[in-house]
Parts: sequence; structure tokens; C-alpha cells
Amino acid sequence: MTRSMELSMDRKRILIVEDSPTMRQLLVFALRRLKDVDIIEANDGMDGLRKVSSDHFDLALIDINMPVMDGLKLISLIRGEDNLSSIPIVVITTEGAKEDRERALSLGANEYLTKPIQANHVLKVVKGLMKSESKA
Amino acid sequence: MSSDRKDLFRHGEEFLQLFSRGAEFTKELLIENERLRANLAELEQEQVDASRTPEEWDKYRGELQGRLQDLEEECETVRVRLQQAEEENQQFAARYLEVEEENNNLANLYVASYQLHSTLDLDEVLKIIVEIVINLIGAEIFAVYLLDGDSGQLDVAVSEGADLSKFPSCSKSRGIIAKSLETGEPVCGDPTQSPNLEEPIVCIPLIVQGRPIGLIGIFGLLQQKDGFSALDHELFSVMGGHASTALFAARLYSQSERKLNTIQGFIDLLTK
Repeated sequence: MTRSMELSMDRKRILIVEDSPTMRQLLVFALRRLKDVDIIEANDGMDGLRKVSSDHFDLALIDINMPVMDGLKLISLIRGEDNLSSIPIVVITTEGAKEDRERALSLGANEYLTKPIQANHVLKVVKGLMKSESKA
Repeated sequence: MSSDRKDLFRHGEEFLQLFSRGAEFTKELLIENERLRANLAELEQEQVDASRTPEEWDKYRGELQGRLQDLEEECETVRVRLQQAEEENQQFAARYLEVEEENNNLANLYVASYQLHSTLDLDEVLKIIVEIVINLIGAEIFAVYLLDGDSGQLDVAVSEGADLSKFPSCSKSRGIIAKSLETGEPVCGDPTQSPNLEEPIVCIPLIVQGRPIGLIGIFGLLQQKDGFSALDHELFSVMGGHASTALFAARLYSQSERKLNTIQGFIDLLTK
């Protein structure tokens, strides 16, 4: 195995599904601090589904309120696919109500974060999920 | 075999047994000798100690006390250094957290200003202002007002959390709005007050070269947001500065586009 292949195998891939370019840029800024991570962006649920179905991802950050396909629908579709069901999902949304949180978690989200976000908190959650995923 | 030879073998064996017992006894004697030598050396040392004069004892005690004091001083120095290192460590940890927070805040401010100046389309600029106010500030009900130069009224250009028509046009000479436009600084009220579309809890004046061009009024926050942080106040300032220039530039650009189209149309008319 060549060195470049080894490196590419070590790298993690994170998908950001968010319709707001401002939020996407902010999340990219935060996640760039992680080592050996590739960040891929999708601007709505449908785009996110296409990307998550066609490539391997180690984690997905998903907004709830998006055009074309919302985040909850995307989570339920991801969890319905055998080969995608284990991807850790972090919801990042403006919806702070308890029932919204419970709904997202019951559909299969691993974490639920509300906006406005703290970049270091997002990083901590992402690191924690990726660590437990690699242990499993 | 004759009986004489048998006797000879028996005597030989007896002699060998006697010899080996003698060897074991000698070994035991040597061990005992070693033990006695050690005891003797101990007794000799005790004798030397006992034969010391009181002065020698005092000197010896003094030496030992001196060494003890040195060790205690060294121990104290090490303890002080450890405490200093711990304090430094805590200071570094606190500084690290501060720098990290500062870094996060700068990222927010950078993203906000970058996005605001990423387009010259007025609708796009308004959309970006809405995104920033929702996602970075955490407002639920707010409106962006633009000043009508003729009437002097602030008309709602875009709103979130309530229908555009529900936000009344505001006079720039009233209450918290007047205060913010007058001072040119964002004005914050009580973030916990219940939403009232007549009275914003935050007014961010949009001013270009000393002239007001509009205002961002925040009337309600997201339920998970219970107050304003230092970053929010920074964002209010960034919005006041960058959103106003972005809106101003977009307006100028659309006016120049319109003029260019008119002139182009006129030229086309003349040349055809």
C-alpha cells in the first residue's frame, strides 16, 4: 500500500447539509481545526441525500429547516438505508423546543445542537462522536 | 571376595561418610564465622560511637541538623516552584480558553462581514442579513427597515418571525429607534421582554457616512437564547457597519445597472 493511500484511508469525511451559506462557512471554519478531515457541503436535504448515498462519510451535520427536503426527512431516509444507518448525525437547528429535539433524536440523530452555535462546542461533539465511531 | 576385602570397603565407606560430615561442619563453621565477624564490626562501630566525646556528638548533630535544614529549604523551594508552575498552568489554561473564545468570535465576525460583502444584489444582501441575524445572533422576530428618503419613514424591507405587513412603518424620531439613529450605536433593551412589534428590544442603526439608511430591529429571540453575549454586541457593531455599506453598495449598483440599461436602450434606439 502506498503512503498516499494510507493517508487517504486515515482521513475522515464530514458532510454539512445546511441551506445557509453563512452557517456553512462558519461550520467549515470550526471543523477545519480538526486534523485529517475533508469537509463536503450540501445546500439542501436532497443534495445531502445524493452526496451521502454516493460516497462514504464519517459524520453528517444536518440542519432541520431547509428547502426541497428538510433535515428530519433526510435523517429518516439515512437511517432507513442499511449501509448508511451507522453514520453519526448531529442536528444543528434554530428549533429549540423539547418536542423538536425528541423528534430528531427518535428519528436517529445522535446529537441535537441549537443555534446560535458555539464553534468549540460543535467541535467537541464532533470529536466525541467520531472517536466513539472509530472505537466501534 | 574375601572377608578382608569386604572389611576394607566398609571401612572406606565409613571414612568417606566421616569426611563429608567433617566438610559440612567446616562449612557451618565458616558461616558462623562470617556472622560473628559482622557482629564484631557492629560492636566495634558502637564502641567508636560510644567513645565519641560530647563535643564530637554536638558537631555530628550540628552537621545532621544542617543537612536536615538544607533538605527542608530545598523541599520548600521545590514546593514554591511547583505552586508557581501550577499557577502558570492555570493561567495558560484560562488564556487558552480566552484565545479560543476570541478565535470563535473572530470567526463569527469574519463570516458575517465576508458574507455581507459577497454580493451586490440588494435582495441577496437582505437575505444574508436575515441569515446572520437568525443564525449568528439567534433572533426569532426581526425586521430590516430601509429609510424612505422622501417621507423620512422607515419601511420594512424584509422580516422574519412575523408577516411583513404586521411590522408597522416607524418614524425615525421615536423612542429607542430615535436614540440608536441619533447616537449611531446599537441600542439594547430587555432581551426577556415579550415580543412587541411596536418596540424592538435591539435597534441596530444602518448608517453610511453619518447618514442613516435604515435599521435592523430585533423584537424577539429564539427560545434557547436568554440574553446577549459579548459576541452579540460585536455582531451588532459589525452589522451596523458592514450591513449598511453592503446595502448602500447594492443600491448604488442596482441604480447604475438601471441607468446603464436605459442608456443602452436609448443608444440601441438611436442606432437602429
